[in-house]
Amino acid sequence: MRTLRTRPVPPPPARPGDVLAETEALRVRLGAREVLAGVDVTVRAGEVLALVGPNGAGKSTLLGALAADLPAARGVVRIFGRPATGWTAPELALRRAVLPQSATLSFPFPVEEVVRMGRAPHTASPDEDDGVVAEAMAATEVTAFAARPFSALSGGERARVALARVLAQRAPLLLLDEPTAALDLKHQELVLRLCRDRARAGDAVVVVLHDLGLAAAYAHRVALLCAGRVAADGPSGEVFSEALLSRVYDQPVEVLPHPRTGAPLVIPRRDL
Amino acid sequence: MTALDDKPVRSAQASPAPAGRKRRGTPWLLTGGLVLGLLALVPVAAGLGAYPVPTGDVLSSVLHRIGLGGAALDRVPDSVLWNVRFPRIVLALLVGASLGCAGALMQGVFGNPLAEPGVIGVSSGAAVGAVAAIAFGFGFLGTWTVPAFAFVAGLGTVLLVYAMARSGGRTEVVTLILTGIAVNAFAGALIGLFLFFADSAAVSQITFWQLGSLSQATWPKVLAVLPCAVLGLALAPLYSRRLDLLALGERPARHLGVDVERLRIVLVLVIALLTAAAVSVAGIIGFVGLVVPHLLRMLAGPGHRFLVPGSALLGALVLLGADLAARTVAAPAELPLGVLTALVGSPFFFWLLRRTRRRQGGWA
Repeated sequence: MRTLRTRPVPPPPARPGDVLAETEALRVRLGAREVLAGVDVTVRAGEVLALVGPNGAGKSTLLGALAADLPAARGVVRIFGRPATGWTAPELALRRAVLPQSATLSFPFPVEEVVRMGRAPHTASPDEDDGVVAEAMAATEVTAFAARPFSALSGGERARVALARVLAQRAPLLLLDEPTAALDLKHQELVLRLCRDRARAGDAVVVVLHDLGLAAAYAHRVALLCAGRVAADGPSGEVFSEALLSRVYDQPVEVLPHPRTGAPLVIPRRDL
Repeated sequence: MTALDDKPVRSAQASPAPAGRKRRGTPWLLTGGLVLGLLALVPVAAGLGAYPVPTGDVLSSVLHRIGLGGAALDRVPDSVLWNVRFPRIVLALLVGASLGCAGALMQGVFGNPLAEPGVIGVSSGAAVGAVAAIAFGFGFLGTWTVPAFAFVAGLGTVLLVYAMARSGGRTEVVTLILTGIAVNAFAGALIGLFLFFADSAAVSQITFWQLGSLSQATWPKVLAVLPCAVLGLALAPLYSRRLDLLALGERPARHLGVDVERLRIVLVLVIALLTAAAVSVAGIIGFVGLVVPHLLRMLAGPGHRFLVPGSALLGALVLLGADLAARTVAAPAELPLGVLTALVGSPFFFWLLRRTRRRQGGWA
C-alpha cells in the first residue's frame, strides 16, 4: 500500500544553528483554557533547549505544538521552515521524534521490537535497521533486557526503552517530555548526556525538565515558562536569577555557583 | 493501558542474548502447522456425517472434478459431497476466518485485548440488520440482501461503540464492556421486536439462525458472503505493521508516520465487512474472535504481521472443527454451532480472567 504513494523525502542534513522549529506569537487552547498565550521560541540544530517552569505553565503543551500534535489557535508553528499543518504524518516522522511523558503499550511486545518500531518511517535495509536498533539500545542501556516483554519492565526501564525507540527514529528534531521523570540519578545523567551527544551530532533537542540543576548543567539554552508565556529565554546563567525564579515558582530560591564548574545551582530557600 | 500478558513467551526470557531471533521461527512453524491442519481436516470433515463417504473417495472425487484423474462417485454420495458437505465446509472456513481475523483487528484498533465482535455487541448489531431483512422478507438485493443489511447495521454498531467507548485516545476496559452490554441489550430488544412482527416461518428461521448454525449452507449462500469475506481478509494483512505501531498509542503512532484517522476508518470498515460476512450466514457465533487471537498471541507474540493472517487460519480451523463436532457428536441430531463455541469459549474466557488477575491484578 505504502509503495503506491509517493515516498516522503528525508530532510537534507542541517547545519549547526539552522532553525529546525519555531513558534511565533503562538496561542494554544485546550478546551476553554488558553494554555499558551503568545509564545515565541526558536529551536536550532546543534543545541539542547530545556523547557522549564512550574506545573501548568504550558511546557508539555508547547512541546505538543512543536510536535504538530496540537493546533495553534493563533500564531504559527513552523517545522523545517514550513507551517506544521503543511506536512503529512510520514513527512513529519522523518523530521521529528517525540518522547511522550508516559510510555504505554497495549500488547506485550518484547523490548527489541518496541525499539524497532522507531524505524517504521524509514526504508532502510533490515541490516541497517538492526544496527541502528542495537546502537539505540546500547546507548540507553536496555540491551540486557532486549527480549523481555515491555509490560514486565519497571517504570524507569520503560522510560529508557521509549527513549531508545525515539533515538532509533534518527530524526533531526528530538522533542522529549520529561525524559528523566522516572529515572534514577545515574540514568538521568545518561539521558542528558545523550541529549548533548545528539546536539553535538547536529540534531536539535528540546527537553522538558523539572530539575533546574540538570537544565543548568546540560542545556545550551533554557526557556522559562510561566502561565503560558516565556518569562525568560537564554543561557541558564542569565535565566536562573534568584528574583525571577522565586517569582515564577512562587517559592523563594537561592542560586549559587557550583564551587568547581561555576554552573548555577538552584536550591529552595529552607529555614530549618 | 492494559497489557494482557506479562510473560507471553517464557523461552524468550530464558535466552536474552539473541533477542527475538529464536521466536522469529515460531510464526512460520505455526503457519505451516495451521495450513497442514486445514488440509488434513477438510477431507475428513467432508467424509464424516449422517451419510459417511470414505476419505479416499472424497479425494478422488475432488481430483476428478478438477480434471486430475480420480473417479466420479455414485449419484447419492456425489450429491451429498458437492451439494451438502462442501458448501458447508467452505462456509465454515469463511466464517471462521472472518471471525478470527475480525477479532485480531478489533483488539488492535481498540488497543484492548477484550475487544471482540461478540463481546462488544457488533455481532448483535449486525444480527439486527440480518433479522430485519429476514423478518420483513426484504429481497431487493437478491441473495446479497441479508449480508448487506448485516454490513450496514454492523458498521453502524462498530462506529457507535467506538465513539462511546473511547476518550482521550484510549479505551478503558470497563467502558468498553459496559458499552457492549448496552449495545447487546438494545440489539436483543430490536431482534425481539422484529420477531414479534414476523410471521411464523420467519420466526423459526430467525430462532434457529440466532443460535448460530451452518446447517443451511448452500452454494448461493457461499457466493453471497464470499465478496465481503474475501475483501476483508485480503485487506486486513496490509495494515499489520501499522497496527503494531498503534499499540504505542495514537499519538506515538502518528509520530511514527501513521495516518491514524484513516487507519481507523479503514479498519472499522474491514471489521464490519468481516463481521457481516460471518453473522449474515451463520448467526451469532461467539468467542472465536476472542479466543483465537489470544491463543496465537501467547504462542507467537503480539506482532500483527503473523497475528492477523494467523487468526484467520486458526479461526477457519476452529470453526471447521466445531461445525464437524456440532453435526456428528449428537448425530442424527445437530447441535447449534453457536451453542457449542460458547460452551468451549466461555470457560476459556474464565481462565483468561483468572490468569490476568493472578499476573497483574486484572484489567484496569
